[in-house]
Amino acid sequence: MAAARKAKKSNVDKDELLAFYKEMLLIRRFEEKAGQLYGMGLIGGFCHLYIGQEAIVVGLEASAKEGDQRVTSYRDHGHMLACGMDPKGVMAELTGREGGYSRGKGGSMHMFSREKNFYGGHGIVGAQVPIGAGLAFANWYRGNDNVSFAYFGDGAANQGQIYETFNMASLWKLPCVFVIENNKYAMGTSLQRASSTPDLYTRGEAFGIPGESVDGMDVQAVKAAGEKAVAHCRAGKGPYILEMNTYRYRGHSMSDPAKYRTREEVQKVREERDPIDHVRDLLLTGKHAAEADLKAIDKDIKKVVIEAADFATQSPEPALDELYTDILAEVN
Amino acid sequence: MAQNILMPALSPTMEEGNLAKWLVKEGDTVESGDILCEIETDKATMEFEAVDEGVIGKILVGDGAEGVKVNTPIAVLIEEGESDGATPAAAPAPAAAEAAPAPAAAAPVVSAPVEQDLPEGTTFKSQTVREAIRDAMSEEMRRSEDVFLLGEEVAQYQGAYKVSQGMLDEFGAKRVIDTPITEHGFTGIAVGAAFAGLNPIVEFMTFNFAMQAIDQIINSAAKTRYMSGGQMTCPIVFRGANGAASRVGAQHSHDYATWYAQVPGLKVVMPYAASDYKGLLKSAIRDPNPVIFLENEILYGRSFDVPEIEDYTVPIGKARIWREGDDVTIVSFGIGMQYALEAADKLAEEGISAEVIDLRSLRPMDTETVVKSVMKTNRCVTVEEGFPVASIGGHISATIMQEAFDYLDAPVINCTGKDVPMPYAANLEKLALVTTDEVIAAVKSVTYR
Repeated sequence: MAAARKAKKSNVDKDELLAFYKEMLLIRRFEEKAGQLYGMGLIGGFCHLYIGQEAIVVGLEASAKEGDQRVTSYRDHGHMLACGMDPKGVMAELTGREGGYSRGKGGSMHMFSREKNFYGGHGIVGAQVPIGAGLAFANWYRGNDNVSFAYFGDGAANQGQIYETFNMASLWKLPCVFVIENNKYAMGTSLQRASSTPDLYTRGEAFGIPGESVDGMDVQAVKAAGEKAVAHCRAGKGPYILEMNTYRYRGHSMSDPAKYRTREEVQKVREERDPIDHVRDLLLTGKHAAEADLKAIDKDIKKVVIEAADFATQSPEPALDELYTDILAEVN
Repeated sequence: MAQNILMPALSPTMEEGNLAKWLVKEGDTVESGDILCEIETDKATMEFEAVDEGVIGKILVGDGAEGVKVNTPIAVLIEEGESDGATPAAAPAPAAAEAAPAPAAAAPVVSAPVEQDLPEGTTFKSQTVREAIRDAMSEEMRRSEDVFLLGEEVAQYQGAYKVSQGMLDEFGAKRVIDTPITEHGFTGIAVGAAFAGLNPIVEFMTFNFAMQAIDQIINSAAKTRYMSGGQMTCPIVFRGANGAASRVGAQHSHDYATWYAQVPGLKVVMPYAASDYKGLLKSAIRDPNPVIFLENEILYGRSFDVPEIEDYTVPIGKARIWREGDDVTIVSFGIGMQYALEAADKLAEEGISAEVIDLRSLRPMDTETVVKSVMKTNRCVTVEEGFPVASIGGHISATIMQEAFDYLDAPVINCTGKDVPMPYAANLEKLALVTTDEVIAAVKSVTYR
């Protein structure tokens, strides 16, 4: 059981734990709703749910400061919610409506927020990693102390451009945290079948980049690792790799039947390692919250998600003349 | 037996060079591998070694000589004991000179284009395309701290084609950045930096190598603005040599004009004259969108008149009429302009008056200027070095058919490179590229001469 794991007795900040609980639960309920809307035909195309991996983005966002940037792959809903983007705008983008972050022109995989320094949302496996290093380059060039988080999965970890990026990021000491979300399956191919070595956090060794293996189901462990990585980057010591050991409960995308793993395997993780249950247990056993408090939180979040879904289904489709807008920026 | 030492060709496109300095003098004994002299090509200063041992009998071309053609005898090597080096042995230019491929074309006398927009009294200075590109980058880097250059050999080496010469000294290693040989990675990093608001200039040693990075150019740079509903901008320039140089084979000779011209979200520029290289590159660097800037290695060393105007810019998306004419419209861009202009000169001698249009920008493309011209001449020939299938010429033909069908007195002819990977053999390469004669023949065909 999750509670059987060693919880850090020290530094348990009640407010922070509650905040983690709320943020992770929002992602989970949002994703469940997205899955439901997909089933109803209201969301089209590819839709990759983040259920199971919530602790990673929530923990890492807790280690970030104003001005830091983040960029990720197409499994991006959790990242957007964790960095404070509006669930309504995200859900409305999933439904391809005018009220979406990209005004319906990006979809689930391609969303951005300049305001929240969220640079996407990328559909090409691995392509976001040099971009993340480029954001870090801009920080280095401008001489500020911002850090960029470049998230990618265990599948992308085998892309060549990642290693080109590791080399330059280390050579130029770019303040970039490379976050490998190892959820064990690159679509249907398990890590064992795709990777010559199982320890992805060591993938930067050849470039002199320190790496760390982290329990990606433990939000506090994630935050602690994030703080260490971020401090390393801000000190001008170059990039840092965090391998987050996690698990996705759903298929790769909504259209994936996930026949490559057993139901029991999924069930075991859900029962023993669920990141939200873990925090829930900490809150209850530590007497930081009562069942009734958590129930009230659940209710609030459900409301937020329902409002997002309502907005996303009521927002109109983009006007037809939107077809030809936003292709090029106006020359001043 | 005395033998001539000939001016060597030290790069694929070198036609002539400067003899910077002799490191041996007459009467010196040299061994194979000894450095004889330093030769300045358009790209670099290179040491020239002796191949055979012997004694330097006579130096024929002295220190500092400029514009020494490849295969010109520069010294005479005699054998130990031989006394006379003054009379070069055997034929003055041995068989090698004949076997050497004719240079792509002797630098043509560049006729001045019809200038529409320059203020009266504008003065010009002669400048190579290479210098014009460097000046454009340097001026923009002086204007804005956000502009920087990165690529392979751009800094310490002073540019693989010497384009960025002197820029490291002026701007420092933070803004003129040597990258590892890793196109995919550094292109992605540059795109990320552009998303963050900087203005990177990415130099590809050639656009052939940009194939490694084309995912970042198309999927990341070109599409993100649209996918973000207009939130994101990617103010970046991708520039470098494109198309055939000389004898570098299929993997180093590809013309990508039509590939990039097809992609919404990009702007694509492919200039011919140095003034356009300068003015369009400055506009490209200031443009808030990703701009593909296609250069030509053969043109790097060619000189043109560049207006002496402070902050000279040329708008992207406007064609330039190089010469006016009544009988036929010849449309081209990039080095294709060389054939178009040569053809127009020769056709004029035969009484055929050709209007020559340099598209300069391929996306957006100024088809309006082309259509207007065709409405006047009623005939059109397009000229490009790229492949014939899905070519720029094909697109222009379709546009003319849709917008000026009733004005056409003959079908449009597209002169293009041949539908083959670029061969290495000199004679085959020549055959694979478009030629002035082909343009002339096409014009005669559409004018029924």
